[in-house]
Amino acid sequence: MIALALAIFGVLAAAAPLLHRVAARFSGVLFALVSAGVGGMFLSMAPDVVAGDARAEAWPWIAELGISLSFRVDGLALIFALLICFVGGIVLLYASSYLAGNPRIGSFFAILIGFMASMLGLVVADNLILMFIFWELTSVTSFLLIGFGHERPSARRAAVQALLVTGLGGLALLAGVVMLGLAAGTFELSELADAGLPGHGLYVPIAILILIGCFSKSAIFPLHFWLPNAMEAPSPVSALLHSSTMVKAGVYLIARLHPSMGGTALWDDALIIFGGFTMVYAAFVATRQSTLKSVLAYSTVSSLGVLVMLIGLGAAKAAAAYLLAHALFKACLFLVAGTITQVTGEKNPARLHGLFRVMPIVATASLLGALSFAGMFPFAGFVGKELALKAGLAHPEFATAATITTVVGAIFTVMAAIIVGIGPLFGPRLADSGDLPRVSWRQWSGPLLLAILGVMTALVPTVTIQPLVLSAVSSITGAPYPNEVKLQAGELLWPPSSATALSALVLTLGTALYFGRAIYARILRLPSWATGLTADRAYDAAISALGTTSTLATRFIQSGYLHVYVRATLVAMVVLVTPALVRANALELTGQSVSLMDVVVATAIVCCAVAVVFLSHALAAVAVLGGVGFVMALIFVLYGVPDVAMTQFAVETLIVVIFVLVIYHLPRLSRLTSGPRRAMDAVVALGFGLVMGALALIASAQLVADPASTEHAALSVPGGYGRNVINVILVDFRALDTMGEIFVVGIAAIGVYTLLRPPVRSNERTSP
Amino acid sequence: MNAVVLQTAARVVMPVMLLLSLVALIRGHNEPGGGFVGGLLAASGFAVHGLAFGVAEARRLLRVDPRSLIGAGLLVGLGSGLPGIFAGEPFMKGLWFTLSIPATTASVKLGTPLLFDIGVYMVVLGITLLMIFALEDARDGDAAHR
Repeated sequence: MIALALAIFGVLAAAAPLLHRVAARFSGVLFALVSAGVGGMFLSMAPDVVAGDARAEAWPWIAELGISLSFRVDGLALIFALLICFVGGIVLLYASSYLAGNPRIGSFFAILIGFMASMLGLVVADNLILMFIFWELTSVTSFLLIGFGHERPSARRAAVQALLVTGLGGLALLAGVVMLGLAAGTFELSELADAGLPGHGLYVPIAILILIGCFSKSAIFPLHFWLPNAMEAPSPVSALLHSSTMVKAGVYLIARLHPSMGGTALWDDALIIFGGFTMVYAAFVATRQSTLKSVLAYSTVSSLGVLVMLIGLGAAKAAAAYLLAHALFKACLFLVAGTITQVTGEKNPARLHGLFRVMPIVATASLLGALSFAGMFPFAGFVGKELALKAGLAHPEFATAATITTVVGAIFTVMAAIIVGIGPLFGPRLADSGDLPRVSWRQWSGPLLLAILGVMTALVPTVTIQPLVLSAVSSITGAPYPNEVKLQAGELLWPPSSATALSALVLTLGTALYFGRAIYARILRLPSWATGLTADRAYDAAISALGTTSTLATRFIQSGYLHVYVRATLVAMVVLVTPALVRANALELTGQSVSLMDVVVATAIVCCAVAVVFLSHALAAVAVLGGVGFVMALIFVLYGVPDVAMTQFAVETLIVVIFVLVIYHLPRLSRLTSGPRRAMDAVVALGFGLVMGALALIASAQLVADPASTEHAALSVPGGYGRNVINVILVDFRALDTMGEIFVVGIAAIGVYTLLRPPVRSNERTSP
Repeated sequence: MNAVVLQTAARVVMPVMLLLSLVALIRGHNEPGGGFVGGLLAASGFAVHGLAFGVAEARRLLRVDPRSLIGAGLLVGLGSGLPGIFAGEPFMKGLWFTLSIPATTASVKLGTPLLFDIGVYMVVLGITLLMIFALEDARDGDAAHR
């Protein structure tokens, strides 16, 4: 059933453009329904999974390498799968209205559904290599979606940047995963727990490489800078990929590997330090952004930091609860932000006000989402934050540091939430808001649903998310269910604890900061190092250094002159082969019988070759060069290889024809090279000829094994039904080689053609 | 100056070359020949025709774009490997059957290797002509500009 779910998305992705063309009006609804249906399939697994009975399916793939098509759905995978399917469905529905009229909406759907398939594969894969393949697929689909508006240079840059950062991280991850598999003796995630990895000699490099991969994917400082730039993608993409699912892949893998890799100072402290710093830094930067989406983007980076830190602290329950809460409110707010900007044309939250009067339903969703974002009672965000604070306070080592970090990060988060989700709703109507277009139900229903879920999960967790969250917790900790259960907002609020007090403090200070934002802005003139520009600039510097280096290298290696290349090849050959020949010391000229015909042929070749050198007229030189070829073909005839002779004749003829056509453009040969250079070329040519001659003699005198031709000749008639061995080898015994060759030659010919094709004249290019 | 001689010769050479190329292709499995040399022979025929009468004329005679010929040849080559799969054998396994000619005792052996050789023939013809036509185009284009 897991594989079936993946297959449904795969097929839907492939069929999406066609389906959209057939039924443009209903395609969004259809995609959303299919997506929800697949979500239902996963929901039906929930009772078993919650009971501690993970669903698994497996097919053999590359057994000798330990790679299998194995899937497994446990609590952690299930929570992600449900998010992907249901948030994905909402986003598909939303996008069908948001992007309506876009000529490329069909391919947009295809890529987005393809992403959903990849992401789903990532979380349900039990084999590490399989997981990695899906991991890379999400990077590729993310690249395509960020670059969806590829006519904008900024979108192209952001797409390439995201691909490079997550791609390089992916390489590190691959190295880590392969080493992990070798160290553990298995690539199955479900079998890693008892592998004793922390004691293994490769543990440190494995941990570092895997963390680099996860940090790049989940935008953890200092690999975070691609995510804010990724906001070039359309809002629905930001809602699904860049807040609720794809960027959580790193968090997912960290959580998944935590039982087997965690518990060491390296792993846990790296998570706490990088996660904690990212949380505070990004939350602060978020409050200083001037567009809705960039505030949300930086706050997403911050939330990813929170999740990483919580896993490092061992606070699995807080991590799972916050993960779910964040996915709900952030997807909601991204969709709302997209609608607001689309309807009003305004991106800057500071210039937006009075939206409650213009679009009440969207504004309600925004308000509920933002309250959850801020961590207000009784929303899911409150539960997440409360659990995070409690976990920080209870931590044996880092209690003070973790608590302070969480509180500071949360204060900025509250301010960001008000800036982006609450501030724009109140105040006077926008000046020209009388004739704004109505918001389609496809665009408000999803965010509203997400916002309502944000309240429901906090108020009545036992009937909604509690079993799921706890089941995920047991996946992260690798231990059975924790007994004490407090996921209900009221239970966390009352009786009050120090966490509750801190929570109140956070809300008060955050709100105060919002109202004092004019002063705040004046005091905190953002230093350039804090904007994320430094990492972004380092990226630019690295890219341009790459370009400069390759230009220099190319200039050095690729002179562009054919004679330089030929000379280099010949000299290298002479230098490399001569020592081997000297060492072999087997040049025997005795015992070789020479016939009169051989002498005639050799003389003819030498005469032609010498003549070519001294002819100054190109056409004559070509004709004589052709003569060399024809005489060589004669050798093949004499020694009984008519096939090769025939081919040689045909090739020589065509070469002459081609030369005749090319020579038309050439100047006289005698003017091309100077005397000394000709002398040097002569030395190189003679040296090469001598070495090759010696090589041929020695090689033919030293047969160390039976030639392959003997076996082929024996098999030709019984095995290949042909008496012409050469042809049988080409089209039967070694047909796959020939196939490869004709493909290569075909591609080369297309390359030659693009070089030879008459250039498009500028006036032809511009005229329609 | 020599256009008349060349054109007269080309009229004779062209069909002979094409015929020869087909002979080389078909008998290639048992006698010297094969798809590769067949393709080259056919290409020489078209090249000579192009030299004598101009590229446009040679292209008209070929009827298809050399690029399509390359693609079609590659597909034929790939396709010749599929019967092997359908027969439960490895990809590209040579399969043969004998076609007896009605009303005679003679028979012809046909097999997927021959189909593959036809693919090779098409690719070789296509790539050679793609390059030669492009070169002849460049020459004619320059001549027209002067």
